[in-house]
Amino acid sequence: MAIGLHDSDFKNPVIRWVDQRMPIFTMMQKEYGTFPTPRNFNYFWNFGALAMVNLMIMIATGIFLAMHYTPHTSYAFDSVERIMRDVNFGWLIRYVHMNGASMFFIVVFIHIWRGMYYGSYKAPRELLWMLGVVIFLLMMATAFMGYVLPWGQMSFWGATVITNLFSAFPFVGDWIVTLLWGGFSVDNPTLNRFFSLHYLLPFVIVGVVFLHVVALHITGSNNPLGVEPKGPQDTLPFHPYYTAKDSFGLVIYFIVFAGFVFFAPNFLGHPDNYIPADPLVTPAHIVPEWYFLPFYAILRAVPDKLGGVLLMFGSILVLFVLPWLDGSPVRSMRFRPVARIAFLLWTVCFFVLMYCGGMPAEEPYVTVSRIATAYYFGYFLVILPLLARLEKPLPLPESIARAVLGGGGPMPAGAAAKPMDKA
Amino acid sequence: MAEGAGASASDGTPRRDFLTLVTTAFVGVGVGAIAWPFIASMQPARDVLALSSTDVDIAPVAEGMAVTVMWRGKPVFVRNRTPAEVQEARTVPLSQLPDPATDQSRVQKDQWLIVVGICTHLGCVPLGQKPTDPRGEYGGWFCPCHGSHYDTSGRIRKGPAPRNLDVPQYAFTSDTKIKIG
Repeated sequence: MAIGLHDSDFKNPVIRWVDQRMPIFTMMQKEYGTFPTPRNFNYFWNFGALAMVNLMIMIATGIFLAMHYTPHTSYAFDSVERIMRDVNFGWLIRYVHMNGASMFFIVVFIHIWRGMYYGSYKAPRELLWMLGVVIFLLMMATAFMGYVLPWGQMSFWGATVITNLFSAFPFVGDWIVTLLWGGFSVDNPTLNRFFSLHYLLPFVIVGVVFLHVVALHITGSNNPLGVEPKGPQDTLPFHPYYTAKDSFGLVIYFIVFAGFVFFAPNFLGHPDNYIPADPLVTPAHIVPEWYFLPFYAILRAVPDKLGGVLLMFGSILVLFVLPWLDGSPVRSMRFRPVARIAFLLWTVCFFVLMYCGGMPAEEPYVTVSRIATAYYFGYFLVILPLLARLEKPLPLPESIARAVLGGGGPMPAGAAAKPMDKA
Repeated sequence: MAEGAGASASDGTPRRDFLTLVTTAFVGVGVGAIAWPFIASMQPARDVLALSSTDVDIAPVAEGMAVTVMWRGKPVFVRNRTPAEVQEARTVPLSQLPDPATDQSRVQKDQWLIVVGICTHLGCVPLGQKPTDPRGEYGGWFCPCHGSHYDTSGRIRKGPAPRNLDVPQYAFTSDTKIKIG
């Protein structure tokens, strides 16, 4: 082997020639072939891969939609209708993009829920978790700006309300809002920059996803038991075991996705967005897209402009410090009887907020929103820190293999190589 | 051997190889099925196809004059040729033409020549529509980009262009109206 070349294991002369100079094949084999992965994943561990696929679908459909879309207040709405009626398969590409945004949030909400239930945010995966929160914030910004582009009534008034949130900040608020608008109201300059940023941010997401995956491949995956693998008996090679399991989950995901696209493409949308934007008429009942409803409910639960805005942003920013709020060394809620109930209640509160966010701002929804908001933050800021001290967790299994296989000590070395004989 | 656990060595077709091939085939079909609508979306849309013909009123075009009309985003030259120009186009022997074609094969009515105004070399618009334009050495059109000369039948006579100016599909809908496309 010449000096400076990578020592490649590949036999195919072409692959070997490339691999010696740029060992991407060795890297892929290490990170996605033989990568040791806990053997006890359940289907919740499909959702990272699903999110990755969803991101690629959004970028692909988005690039093709951008070939036909016109980011101008006079043409935007009509150009979207032209995509629906005149462009070959335009209806399909747009509905996939539109419902893909909803699917992305469904997948990511479950992915985040998985991380919270099984304690994936705890040491040593804090940075991995925080990068995930960054991706979530970028997704929300991208989805918001994407929703503005069709320039319907909900686009326009959603953009007006959300950008006005920043006016709540003292001293700099108005300056920020004018900066966002590029004028004195949501208008053509706003639409133009939102289109530009809506095109840019997905690629920023790709970059942070890359970092997310890098961090994941240093610490390795968490698992439903929350117990670190102790040796080869606790793991399986990623391929073919989890490539196959992810592929199965992907098929189910595609069935649900196709169900929306082909049978209920506007089920998750709002009919008012098929009315062209009119700066003179606000729709009677404006609501954001369903995935923003829990946070919108928190905003409306607070009877103070700045307080509501801070709490709304705080409801997501609190996730950044979650690894330090939850001091319990036990990761999986399976072994935390009290925290488990507290977390499931938090989940209920999340859905209650989602429901209230879609309702008019009147009783009883306001009071219910306030109680749910109090519990949302109480879980993070009071219950988790207290339980870390007070809760007595259930005994943890000695190892993954022991818990999975039941009885018996650690498996003999090399046991994982032929798992079929023992399953 | 456990059922399905590995190769059925007896018939020489390992089960896993079969599964891999089937999986790969389905992935291939799936990718193709997904790629199809994306590629199709880049083809002309319905509204573009709906605008693919142009009606022209040729009544105001006097003998010796020409008009340029837009058809599918391209200029089309409509020229009312003088008898001398028609005569000139019809007397030249085909053997002198780089892209041999009779004048009769390029027109429907003797005086009216209708050609796409795009030089067949690299796509510039030749000069010669206005009376003040240079019309090249053969009295038709002259492309200033790379010096192609077209005659009064729009045929290439000199210069780098490989073909005569294209004749679009058109029909006379009345004595004074044509429909291009």
